Amino acid sequence: MKRYVYINDENLAKDIYCDNRISNRKYTIWNFLPKNLWEQFSRFMNQYFLLIACLQLWSLITPVNPASTWGPLIFIFAVSASKEAWDDYNRYLLDKKANEKEVWIVRQGIRKLIQAQDICIGNIVWLRENDEVPCDLVLLGTADPQGFCYVETAALDGETDLKTRSIPSACMGIDGVIECPSPDKDIRRFDANMRLFPPFLDNDVFPLTIKNTLLQSCYLRNTEWACGVAVYTVEDFYHVCVEMIRGICGIGNQTKLGMCRGIPEPKLTAVDAMIDKLTGAIFVFQIVVVIVLGIAGNVWKDTEGRKLWYVRYPKEGPWYELLVIPLRFELLCSIMIPISIKVSLDLVKSLYAKFIDWDDQMVDPETGIRSNATNTAISEDLGQVEYILTDKTGTLTENKMIFKRCCISGRFYGNESGDALTDAQLLNDVSTGSADVIKFLKVMAICNTVIPVRSKSGTISYKALSQDEEALVCAASRLRMIFENKNGNILDIKFNASPLRYEVLDTLEFTSDRKRMSVVVRDCQSGEIFLLSKGADETILPLTYTGQQVRTFAEAVEQYAQMGLRTLCLAWRKLDEGEYQEWASMFKEANSTLVDREWRVAEVCQRLEHDLEILGVAAIEDRLQEGVPETIETLRKAGINFWMLTGDKMNTAIQIALSCNFVSPEPKGQLLIIDGKTEDEVCRSLERVLLTTRITESEPKDVAFVVDGWALEIALKHYRKAFTELAILSRTAICCRVTPSQKAQLVELLKLCDYRTLAIGDGGNDVRMIQQADIGVGISGREGLQAARAADYSIGSVSGTSLFNSVSLMAYNVFYTSVPVLVSVLDKDLSERTAIVVFVITIHSYAFEKSEMEEVAMVALSGCIWLQAFVVALETNSFTILQHLAIWGNLLGFYVINWIVSAIPASGMYTIMFRLCKQPSYWVTMILIVATGMGPVLALKYLRYTYRSSKINILQQAERLGGPILSLGIIEPQSRSPLDKDLAPLSITQPKNRTSVYEPLLSESPSATRRSIGPAQRFDYFQSQSPLASTYTRKDN
Amino acid sequence: MELLNHSRFTQQELPACKPILTPALVMATFIVIGITFIPIGLSHLSASENVVELVDQYDEVCIPADSPDPDVVYSKRIGYIQDETTDKTCIRTLIVPKKMKQPIFVYYQLDQFYQNHRRYVKSRNDEQYRDPSASAKTTNCEPEAQLSEGQPIVPCGLIAWSLFNDTYTLSRNDVALPINKKGIAWESDRTHKFGDNVYSKNFQNRSLIGGGKLIDNIPLNQQEDLLVWMRTAALPNFRKLYGRIETDLEVNEIIKVVIQNNYNTYSFNGKKKLVISTTTWIGGKNDFLGMVYIIVGGVCLLIALVFITVYLIKPRPLGDPSYLSWNKNPASVQ
Repeated sequence: MKRYVYINDENLAKDIYCDNRISNRKYTIWNFLPKNLWEQFSRFMNQYFLLIACLQLWSLITPVNPASTWGPLIFIFAVSASKEAWDDYNRYLLDKKANEKEVWIVRQGIRKLIQAQDICIGNIVWLRENDEVPCDLVLLGTADPQGFCYVETAALDGETDLKTRSIPSACMGIDGVIECPSPDKDIRRFDANMRLFPPFLDNDVFPLTIKNTLLQSCYLRNTEWACGVAVYTVEDFYHVCVEMIRGICGIGNQTKLGMCRGIPEPKLTAVDAMIDKLTGAIFVFQIVVVIVLGIAGNVWKDTEGRKLWYVRYPKEGPWYELLVIPLRFELLCSIMIPISIKVSLDLVKSLYAKFIDWDDQMVDPETGIRSNATNTAISEDLGQVEYILTDKTGTLTENKMIFKRCCISGRFYGNESGDALTDAQLLNDVSTGSADVIKFLKVMAICNTVIPVRSKSGTISYKALSQDEEALVCAASRLRMIFENKNGNILDIKFNASPLRYEVLDTLEFTSDRKRMSVVVRDCQSGEIFLLSKGADETILPLTYTGQQVRTFAEAVEQYAQMGLRTLCLAWRKLDEGEYQEWASMFKEANSTLVDREWRVAEVCQRLEHDLEILGVAAIEDRLQEGVPETIETLRKAGINFWMLTGDKMNTAIQIALSCNFVSPEPKGQLLIIDGKTEDEVCRSLERVLLTTRITESEPKDVAFVVDGWALEIALKHYRKAFTELAILSRTAICCRVTPSQKAQLVELLKLCDYRTLAIGDGGNDVRMIQQADIGVGISGREGLQAARAADYSIGSVSGTSLFNSVSLMAYNVFYTSVPVLVSVLDKDLSERTAIVVFVITIHSYAFEKSEMEEVAMVALSGCIWLQAFVVALETNSFTILQHLAIWGNLLGFYVINWIVSAIPASGMYTIMFRLCKQPSYWVTMILIVATGMGPVLALKYLRYTYRSSKINILQQAERLGGPILSLGIIEPQSRSPLDKDLAPLSITQPKNRTSVYEPLLSESPSATRRSIGPAQRFDYFQSQSPLASTYTRKDN
Repeated sequence: MELLNHSRFTQQELPACKPILTPALVMATFIVIGITFIPIGLSHLSASENVVELVDQYDEVCIPADSPDPDVVYSKRIGYIQDETTDKTCIRTLIVPKKMKQPIFVYYQLDQFYQNHRRYVKSRNDEQYRDPSASAKTTNCEPEAQLSEGQPIVPCGLIAWSLFNDTYTLSRNDVALPINKKGIAWESDRTHKFGDNVYSKNFQNRSLIGGGKLIDNIPLNQQEDLLVWMRTAALPNFRKLYGRIETDLEVNEIIKVVIQNNYNTYSFNGKKKLVISTTTWIGGKNDFLGMVYIIVGGVCLLIALVFITVYLIKPRPLGDPSYLSWNKNPASVQ
């Protein structure tokens, strides 16, 4: 469906499309109670409790006081309802703030200040520098005379560079109609047309692309002002409807960002799911029991029961008489699903969440942001994660590239100090004006797409497409080659206080195929034309002019790569005016071809990029977060699989993966690449990778596959089955160039295979993934708070603190503290077995003259309490003072309470407990119950423990005995998170028949690998271009 | 708050003891259990052995029924027991098997009597029994709450209405053997549960008479048979205290019991027994606890033995990480 946006004509738009009001609220004041109750009762367990509570109101059938069920039930519902209400109120406040933010709109040529929520489709919105874009706009004008403006889209796609947006050509009009598709979620496409009304241009249609738009929640940067017409508002008519029908949370957010974020689904943990399933199963069981016993009861009543004259059954019962006995049985059975399980689960979960909040080791020392568990309900799932999907930038790495070393014309700088910027020799060469060094610095400063931004105080910061470029430019400016200003195509550079000016003639853009980028610049003073190139060694080194010695550079690259640094070769060539002109026309032509443009452009570029003079090699460090390699290694040893999903380029991704132990270096590891542009290619490549993975599965090899966004799209669409198999087989995956929704799709894929997933990320592009995963961890870091808001857990900014330590810490916490939950879950199951023991012993030891009802009941109850205390004690792995208090205090509390009640004359059990405590046979019976109940449990547990140990048991034993296993927790003793990989009793979703890749746990010292990967950094590369899977050694750039 | 935030509790650093099931610990536990349980069981058995118990089932003997047809027997018995006019005296003789030292307890035992039936158990009103001013309160007492004219029945309810009313008179060598019926009910029942100025009213005044009658001018808490009866039994076979004999009985003495066989257990084929028994520290005769103690102790020793054997034959080190599943790979090559 298309929509027509009439620029600056409100009346036309107001009726059809919605305003710009943001509403993340779930409830209104009026629908809160019904809606919240409806939601709560959509869980089976709650329906069940309600049914039981209602039945208990009928005094004819209830064995207990109905308050015993109604009280807790109302309490639980009140608590969760008030929690919801509080959350919703906070959301309302946030919305209100966003809605009432003031923006300028232009109406009839006059600027007016209105609230963001009042923006209509067709309004012209006027933004100043650093303003957040309030809704999706089509750009109409900017301060820049050429019609450019810069936006930061970090919140949208996580890319921190500035993007250029331009106003549509020949768009000076103010009246017109924009014909655009109905809202969708693709943030990289916008196919619309604009038609201007007379008197400007009659019926001429201008195509609009994403280049002409400002999307919501981007920031306007480096441009004094810009204005645009609103085409999609936050809350839009159509999609409110669509999403209402989906009915999940009624977020009518319909801008590109809103659509891209997707709808958060309520998350249920494994325990929750299991309890729900169990509840269902128990309910069915109950029904069977109730029917069988009900019939038996009615038959007994009519045959035998009527003979019991002392009971005096009435001759004619009411019509529902037959129902009474079955319903009584139902109520009796209802304790099979104790309501307390829900109370205690909820309480324990929120306690865990609090523990995470409280934890001092998860506080970021730099910013002091504490970790925050937003979703209190899923903490126990942290211990059951099987797949961790992580964003790269800002999560694994600090997202700070730093120029570290360089090699200029055979001379190595920065080798002694480890930092070229402080290398005295280099500084000396710079100040003396060594020609090679100056050329090198010029390429560093010019050959890029960086935009310098001058702040008010006069300092210059750089906004760059890639962090590499930013690092290079920054380093150049530290070395006195300061890139000062970019004005259209004119670059101002200052070297040693003398200004230089260059005009950029052409930019030969970076593509992942070419692995290099070049610019053609004209020196404005001399008029000479230069080609400046930088790129990966394997693409630059072969392009040198004949006769240049490249050996030193190759050695430098090798050396730097071994240190885990990213390398770039810088080169240049002087061009003749004629050669350039000839080439430029070809380039222009290639750029305007419609078919195979990319290929044509690449080919044309190649014609210019030859006979280069290599100037040097720059080595850049992408700093990993502290502790990341160790943590990943530890987690991988624990059998947790890691996937890295990044919007980054494949090379960068692989590089990072290598340096953080994500994939192991050559002899152990193998990288398989899935790529291809067409369906066929992808299919072939996928099959080959799958085959290799299957073969290597039994080998002690660490196989990882790498896939890029395009191939992934095809694979997910057409070869889903094969890809799923691969996903299960492979422990590690690197997905590059993936969009936010692809990230979410991958999470979904893994979830469909019944794996527990944890997604971690920091940017707006990770939001969907985080929402989709079983557990989302957001980092409130440099890329804004969006991810943190969507996440179940947010952690303070990661720089400084080891993020993955935190994750493992969380998992660890849960592992050691989740025992009470497990016990409360297991409790029922155990007491069913042992209740028989209690019952049999009680009725036999309290037979005949002692069989007074209150006494027998109390003996049986005490028996249960005693037994339970011991069962809990046996199931508890770690006793702190709290556990002792809970277990034995509970036992003591039972007696204290009963003594008190026994002292009240009016109570039914007056003196009962005192009488019992005086009888030796009471205590003898208790001891017998405990011994008989616990003996088999202990024996079985011991046998299982020793002869069929679960992973946890072994690790517990090892920990207790201080065994060698501790050596894997080299980071901190706390990061023994692997231990909780599957809490055995709960792992109902454990996939079967999954053989893991061999991992020597103890054979090597993990401390050997930190940032440098060791000398042998080679990979088997199964390139799709080489059908014979020719293996060649690759140097990492 | 700050203090709380950095306490050892919130940081989960409380000193913890993490016991694991080492073989030694488990085996020691079982051996200790075995060694302590067997003596306890033995002492229990011997105590139970020392109890002298005389049981006489009299329901079938004390009723005339001479027909091969069970249905006829059934209806005849009911006709007999429900006939108020017939003399239901029945005489039994018992021989003391062993010397019985006083106090000797006299119980009546009913089998197949469901005092724990839901309808029955609930049919009482403790407030009415306790408080003379609450005599009109008969909630829960249906169908034995009020006379048809609306006057309340005190004590109301099915339990009281079905009061057991067989009586026993004992004699030894034609000398009456007194049964002391004072103090057979619980102290707490006499002092708190039943009022000392609550008197029975309209009790058993309706056409359908259940069990025993009460004396209207003696307060409820002194009619201890009622108090004993009102302590409902949890199981269908139960004994209730009838009285105490406060003299010793010698071996082979012959005791004559005159039973007034009034109570109807014939409708539901229940049994009635007279039990005369001594007690020890475990109470009455009960072999169950002793037997189970010995069995449990024995089994524990056996288990310990098995564990030791298994441990010796097939030792397995604890905490060996090579057993971790992800470290097990068939084709692993170091």
